[in-house]
Amino acid sequence: MEGCFSDYLSGDFYDEMFAAKGMARPHYRKLMERFQEMGPEEFERKRNLAARSLLNQGVTFTVYNNNEGTERIFPFDLIPRIIPSSEWELIERGLTQRITALNLFLHDVYHGQRILKEKVIPEEVVRSAAHFRPEFMGFDVPKNIYIHICGTDLIRDDAGAYFVLEDNARCPSGVSYMLENRQVMKRVFPNLFGRYSVRPVDAYTEELVKLLRSVSPDGNTEPNVVLLTPGIYNSAYFEHSFLARSMGIEIVVGADLVVQDSKVYMKTTKGLKKVDVIYRRLDDDFLDPLVFRPDSLLGVSGLVDAYRRGNVNLANAIGTGVADDKVVYYYVPRMIKFYLDQEPILPNVPTYLSAHEEDRAYILENVDKLVIKAANESGGYGMLIGPQATKEEVEKFRGLIIANPRNYVAQPVVLLSRAPAFCDSTIEGRHIDLRPYILYGDKITIVPGGLTRVALRKGSLVVNSSQGGGSKDSWVVDDEGETPGC
Amino acid sequence: MLSRVADALYWMSRYIERAENNARILDVNLQLMLDFENQNEETVRHHWEPIINSLEEHDLFYSLHSEANAETVVDFVSFEKKNPHSIHSSITRARENARTVREHASSEMWEQINRVYLFLGSERSRSLFAGSAYEFFKSIVEASHLFQGITDSTMTHGEGWEFIQVGKYIERADRTSRILDVKYHLLLPTGEKVGGNVDVVQWLAVLKSCSALEAYRKLYVGEVAPWSVAEFLITHDSFPRSIRFCVNRLDLALHRISGSAKTHYACEAERLSGRLSSDLDYSTIGDIFSFGLHQYLDRIQSRLVVVSDAMHETYCEWMEEEDEIVSRATSPVAK
Repeated sequence: MEGCFSDYLSGDFYDEMFAAKGMARPHYRKLMERFQEMGPEEFERKRNLAARSLLNQGVTFTVYNNNEGTERIFPFDLIPRIIPSSEWELIERGLTQRITALNLFLHDVYHGQRILKEKVIPEEVVRSAAHFRPEFMGFDVPKNIYIHICGTDLIRDDAGAYFVLEDNARCPSGVSYMLENRQVMKRVFPNLFGRYSVRPVDAYTEELVKLLRSVSPDGNTEPNVVLLTPGIYNSAYFEHSFLARSMGIEIVVGADLVVQDSKVYMKTTKGLKKVDVIYRRLDDDFLDPLVFRPDSLLGVSGLVDAYRRGNVNLANAIGTGVADDKVVYYYVPRMIKFYLDQEPILPNVPTYLSAHEEDRAYILENVDKLVIKAANESGGYGMLIGPQATKEEVEKFRGLIIANPRNYVAQPVVLLSRAPAFCDSTIEGRHIDLRPYILYGDKITIVPGGLTRVALRKGSLVVNSSQGGGSKDSWVVDDEGETPGC
Repeated sequence: MLSRVADALYWMSRYIERAENNARILDVNLQLMLDFENQNEETVRHHWEPIINSLEEHDLFYSLHSEANAETVVDFVSFEKKNPHSIHSSITRARENARTVREHASSEMWEQINRVYLFLGSERSRSLFAGSAYEFFKSIVEASHLFQGITDSTMTHGEGWEFIQVGKYIERADRTSRILDVKYHLLLPTGEKVGGNVDVVQWLAVLKSCSALEAYRKLYVGEVAPWSVAEFLITHDSFPRSIRFCVNRLDLALHRISGSAKTHYACEAERLSGRLSSDLDYSTIGDIFSFGLHQYLDRIQSRLVVVSDAMHETYCEWMEEEDEIVSRATSPVAK
C-alpha cells in the first residue's frame, strides 16, 4: 500500500497523525512505514482476520430495530490511535485531579453541602438534578468513595488541546472493547508492537477486582464480589460477561439475588451465599423496586435497605448521577478550585446554561450554530448539532429550551480532532474522541490509553456505537520518535 | 454455583447433543433411501414419517408441509426455525444458554458454539447442504464432537462440568432410544421378512446412526439381528452411546454434584437415576423383548424426563416459583 496516505487530507481539523500533508508526526512515523510496506491484499487479510476474531469471540453489541435485536460487532478500525507519553501524563494528571474533586463533591453534597452553602454551586442546581438522591443525605459509603469506576470522555479541538466533554460517573461502558481491541491488534500486527513500546492495558481487570475487594463494607478480606447485569438482552451484556470472566467473579441477574435479614444472598445449587460487594451495571432507578421504580424487574427487593445498613456495598455508589448532570458538569472547574484550590488541568468545553438568562438569550439566537444537550441524556440521544440540523429540529429544540431551561445546556461545535481510518477502500480522516477509564480505590489507577471511538460516517461528529461509531486501539507510547528534520 | 448457571449449562449441553443426533438420524435415513429402488409416495412417507414422530412434532410438521418426503423432513429437522427441535433451533438455544454463562464456560467453548451458530445462519451452510447433505451433517456431528472435546480439555471438571455431563448423557440416552424406536416404526415393504435383506439393511442403518457399526461387529461377528442390535444399543456397558452407558454416566455425574457415595442418594434425582441405572445393569434383552421393545423404550424416555424434573427441582426449583425460593433456600438441599 505504498502511497496509501498520499491522497490523505487533514482538512481544517487537528489531525492526530499528520502535522502537514504527507508529514507524519514523529510518534506516527513507524506506523506509517509499516502500512506503506504492506500490500493491499495483506491489509485486506488483516482486516478479515480482525473482524472474524471479533465475531467468533462474540465481541458484539445489540442493536434494536423493529423489536428485533441483532448482534453486531462494534466496527473496529485497524489503524491505531497513538498518544505520546508526554500528552498522556497531562491527561493522567488532569483526570486524577478531576475524579478527586468529583468524589469530594459527592461526599459534600450528601453531607454538609458546604459547596452549596458557600454559593459556589446554586443549591437549586443540585436539588433539581434528576439523579440527585436526597434519601441518601448523611449516608456514609465505605472509604468515602462514590465513583469507583469512571469513564471520562475527552476530545481535542482544532488546535489539538484536550477538553473534558463529560464525566460518566454512573456505569461507564466500553472498557471491554479497549481490552479486546488490544488483543486483536496483537494478533493482527504482532511485529508493529515490536517497533513501538506500547504501554500495556491488560492490568485493568486485575486492578478492578482488587478495587472491588477493597471496598467490602465490613472490611472482610475475602469478600464475595459479584457483577449485577440487567441480563443478556442488554446491549452491553458482552462487556458484563467479559469483565466478570476476566475478574473470576460471578455475574448475576436480579433474580439470582435475594435479601434476607437485610443481607444480600445469591441463590446457588448449594443454598444461599452472602454477597458483599456488587459491581452493578444497572442504573439507580432499577436497583430496588421497593425504593426506586416499582416496575423494575431487573433489581432486587430490599437491596437498598441492605446497602443502607452497611451489609453490602455498591460500585458505583447510589447517587453519583448528580455529577453526570450536564448543568453540574458546568461547575466542575469551580469544584476543583473549591475543594483542591487548584486550577483545572483539563478544561471543560465552554458551556452555556439556558437556565441563566443571558446565556439563554444567546442560545436561543444561535441554536443552529451550537450543540444543544439535554442535561441527563447520554449515548448521543437528546442532543442537537445545530449546523447539521434541519429547520424543524432547530425549532423543536428552541421550544424544548423555552419550556424547560433547567434541562438544557449548549456548547460551541468543537471540531473534533481526526485520525486516519480505513473507509471502504481508502484511508480518510474521521473524527475521534477518547474515553480513558479511571479506577478510584486506595489509589487512583488510569490504564494507559482508553477507548478511542471513531465516527465512521463521513463528516459525522457523533462517535457513539448506536450512531454509527466504531473504535480504534489506543496506544500510549514512550518513544516519541525523533523530531522532524525539515 | 448459581442455580441459573447450572440450569443453563445443562441445557446448553443437551441442545448441542440434540443437534448432533438429529444430524445423525437424517444422514442415515438419506443414505438408507439410496438402497431402495422404485419408491412411491407411500413408501417414501413410511420412510420419513417415523423421524417426525420421534421428535413428537407430527402436527407442527403437517401444518407446514403436506407431504413427508426427504426434502420436507430434512428441511424441517435441519433448518426449520419453527421446529423447536431442529438443528437450527437446537444450536440457537445452545448458544443462548451459553451466552448467559460465558464466564463459566471457557472462551474456547463459547467460540466453538458461536462458530456453529454463525455457520448455520450463513449462506455457507445452505450451499454446503445443497452440494452434499452428507458433508453438512458430518460438519454438525463434528462440531458437536469438537465442542465436547474442547469442554473436556479446557473447562475445570467441577460442578459446572458435571451439569454439562448430565445434560449430554440424558439427551444422548433419550436420542438413542428414539433412534431405535424409529426402526420399530419403520415398516418392512410387502414381501420382506424380519431378518431378511431389507430388515438387515435397516438395522445396519440404526447402528450407523449411532456410530456403533464397527463396535457392534467386533462383538457379534457375522450377525445382524434385531435383538442383538437392541441388546448392544440398550445394555452394552462401555459403548459411549448405549443407553446403559449414558445412564450410568448420568448417575455418576449427579452423585459427583452432590458429593454423595455411589451406593447412596442425596436427592430424588439420584434415587431415580440410580434405580434406572440398576434396571439397565440387570436387564437382559429377553426381558426387554418380552416387555415389548417399543414399550420399554417409551418407558426409558419417560423415566429420563422424571430424572430431569427431579434434578431441576433440587438444584433450580426457585427458577419457576419465586415465592418458594426462600423456603427452599433455607432448608438443606439434601433430603
